[in-house]
Amino acid sequence: MKKISLAQMKEKQKGIIFDISCGLALHNKFMSMGIYKGREITKISHIGLKGPVAIKVGRSVLVLGHGVANKIVIESHD
Amino acid sequence: MIKKIFLIGNPNVGKSVVFSRLTGVQVISSNYAGTTVEIMRGFLKLGDQEIEVIDLPGTYSLEPSSKSEEVAVSLLNESAKDEIVVISIVDATNLERNLYLTLQLLEAGLSVVVCLNMCDEAKHHGVSIDTDSLEKLLGVPVIPTCAITGSGIKMLIERIKDAKFILRDRSSHRERWQTIGAIIEQVQRLTHRHHSLREVLEDASVRPFSGALIAIGVMFTSFEVVRFIGENLISRIADPVFINFYQPLLIKLSPILGEESFLHHLLIGDLINGKIDFKQSLGLLTTAPYIEFAMVLPYIVSFYLVLGLLEDIGILPRLAMLLDNLLHRIGLHGFAIIPVLLGLGCNVPGILATRNLESKRERFIAATLISIGIPCVALQAMIFGLLGKFSGFYVSGVYLVLLVIWVVLGVILNHTTKGYSPELLVEIPPYRFPALSTLWKKLFLRIKGFLIEAAPLVLLGVLIINVLLYFKLFDIFTGLFAPIVRGLFGLPKEAVVSLVMGLFRKDVAVGMLMPLALSAKQLFIAAVLLAVSFPCAATFFVFFKELGLKDLIKATLIMCAVALVTGTLLNFAIR
Repeated sequence: MKKISLAQMKEKQKGIIFDISCGLALHNKFMSMGIYKGREITKISHIGLKGPVAIKVGRSVLVLGHGVANKIVIESHD
Repeated sequence: MIKKIFLIGNPNVGKSVVFSRLTGVQVISSNYAGTTVEIMRGFLKLGDQEIEVIDLPGTYSLEPSSKSEEVAVSLLNESAKDEIVVISIVDATNLERNLYLTLQLLEAGLSVVVCLNMCDEAKHHGVSIDTDSLEKLLGVPVIPTCAITGSGIKMLIERIKDAKFILRDRSSHRERWQTIGAIIEQVQRLTHRHHSLREVLEDASVRPFSGALIAIGVMFTSFEVVRFIGENLISRIADPVFINFYQPLLIKLSPILGEESFLHHLLIGDLINGKIDFKQSLGLLTTAPYIEFAMVLPYIVSFYLVLGLLEDIGILPRLAMLLDNLLHRIGLHGFAIIPVLLGLGCNVPGILATRNLESKRERFIAATLISIGIPCVALQAMIFGLLGKFSGFYVSGVYLVLLVIWVVLGVILNHTTKGYSPELLVEIPPYRFPALSTLWKKLFLRIKGFLIEAAPLVLLGVLIINVLLYFKLFDIFTGLFAPIVRGLFGLPKEAVVSLVMGLFRKDVAVGMLMPLALSAKQLFIAAVLLAVSFPCAATFFVFFKELGLKDLIKATLIMCAVALVTGTLLNFAIR
């Protein structure tokens, strides 16, 4: 089990959210959109080096800015 | 006793379509999160009682994170709980995420009816939901609907009276998701489907290389289609109608009024070489309707037709992702592209749409950039009409100059404006095949809005100008500003009239330039100046309402500076 940030994940890689380091407001917003500790996500793509990240959570596709993607720690098998 | 019905739900679940179905009030709906930023109200007849129905902007939770979400939640909290029913609109294709808000509503002790919308699409995606079990598990009525076709709406109305509040303990976020997991386990069945062409496209459009190619292709095609439709509506319909049917009537009217009379000056304007010239006569019955109906309206129709298509297919949020990186450099994030695109139609809805941006700093930057660097479709149509005859270079030149201003000003604002800019966090909807009914309705609403708001102002503007010109009241004014306009911008002093008119309406302002016989360079400079200088009165007003007096003054000073610098630079740079 490796721990990396969402921004560092490869395309099509799957992982479990291990930790989210951010303030309460953003935390609540993540929660309501289905992004929380223990949730499985799949990374779809990444635009440029410091660009936004697209992920699949459940049945929705969400796009997160690079800074936000760095705050999410993922636990991944490979 | 029910007094009010609130429609609430996650962004982009079709609240506005349900609202239209319930109340008959036509509202604009699209395929992206945050189409509705204002509260919409209408009435529903239930038995012999008229109940107010309120459509709230979409929100993910009862803990708001943007201005439009805040509005939704505060309005809900204002009403007495026993007098309202909340229709929680849920996207059946994404039940899991949508149930979170529904659970919060139930925990808040509100009387809820769940409207399980987009059932047809869910079936198409291989999602089947057992509504009876869901109803039992939630304890409130659940009605499957497809609001676009209207199926299920009758049942929804019938069951509003069954809405009830249930006793439910407040739970933590985690417990809520556990509850949802358990519910989904029992009510939702997924059938595996092979990847369809649509899914391949959806994937390609959020990847860097293929996404950029698709985006550039779509934007280029859209621009060309807007121009093609606009040009053809003008040359095949508008111009023939004006010249073959309308002009003969005016020719008969002219001698009756007497060429030298005040009324002739007012209604028909000046005869050019003894003839009525729709572009130059400047009369209430000649140039005013010609500008609105033969020069601007055709482009309004073509622009909003294409924009409507892009909105409904679901391309805009994907553009937001692709442009996020670039927009960060000017203090915005990707989602700001949506207000900007709306601003290309009319700055007013563009500035309203900045409500979806989270911070005040972002809203100020976006609204200022829209009012300075984004020409509305009315202004663009007039620029095509005037500069088009010289060469394509001039028309694209205007866009190029505006783009440069946009980037330079954006970078400056990003470095000087205090506050913070949050990161992009947005949901990407699936591509959808646009429903012709919503597309058509939306186009109709926007054209109607344009006619109601623009036509009287255009008539009034031409009237005021004509009176002022007739009594030579402009002379003092033009004399005052002549040094700037002539000395710095290289324009004749009469162009002052047009620049002042720009405060009122941009299309009439460009119209005022038509009789001046300007050279291509002068027209080019005037067009750029009109685009960057003061926004029209409507934009001014909405800017004030949305951001307050202090920001309006700041933006106005920036505008003056930009106009002065750009006009002078262009005048001395172009030979």
